[in-house]
Amino acid sequence: MGGILVAGILLVIGIIFGSRNERRHFDRIEQAEEELSDIKIFNIKTLPDNLEKGGALVTGNVVIAVDYFKVFIAGFIMLFGGRMSAYEKMMERARREALVRMQREAKKIGADAIYNTRIEFSAVGQRPNKIGGAELLAYGTAVRFS
Amino acid sequence: MTDIIVTNLETVPGRQIIKHLGIVQGNTVRAKHVGRDIMAGLKNIVGGELRGYTELLTDAREEATQRMMGEAIEKGANAVVNVRFSTSSITAGASELYAYGTAVVVE
Repeated sequence: MGGILVAGILLVIGIIFGSRNERRHFDRIEQAEEELSDIKIFNIKTLPDNLEKGGALVTGNVVIAVDYFKVFIAGFIMLFGGRMSAYEKMMERARREALVRMQREAKKIGADAIYNTRIEFSAVGQRPNKIGGAELLAYGTAVRFS
Repeated sequence: MTDIIVTNLETVPGRQIIKHLGIVQGNTVRAKHVGRDIMAGLKNIVGGELRGYTELLTDAREEATQRMMGEAIEKGANAVVNVRFSTSSITAGASELYAYGTAVVVE
């Protein structure tokens, strides 16, 4: 009985704060993307000719988890299969945040663009029957136009 | 340590590679401490970023990169090109961060 009550409370907290956090995070990401839009991201290796000498590796990473309520819902969806939009959102959030952080690092060293960008995923803190967080890492080479 | 160029391109922009010195690598295996795990567990209820883990992985990756750069310097390189990162979880509580690239001498 106590267990159910605790689970119920956690679900309610998850619903309220989880979706609020998510919305705010998306707002923050959009704002940051706007701010950093002068640093272009490419995932090609071919460089233009007008580059200054040298380059630097820049990275950005983030570990993100979904809230308790969404894990609960996901448990149901897994019975029948289908689209798990909660996890789609989580991955989108993490990927965009990682890119933004990479751009921020590039801006700090005064770069104009990032080439050969790669995005990598790894699962973090997973226990066998519980879905943990996801780490998204974005990295690339920051260069300066001459 | 600071004047070595690290890039994940196959060349260093604007410079010619004179000599290839072979692969250099660096790794580190990190476990999260219990306090962080508990905090992350709490954060898991509301979702969002698990900042403790983000920092941990950033530090670990930095260390792996430093080791790779150290090896490159030992070989007499002044740049590391085509750097790749990879992460693998060894057990539920620990992950390995691995960085590797090719040490080269550029003009």
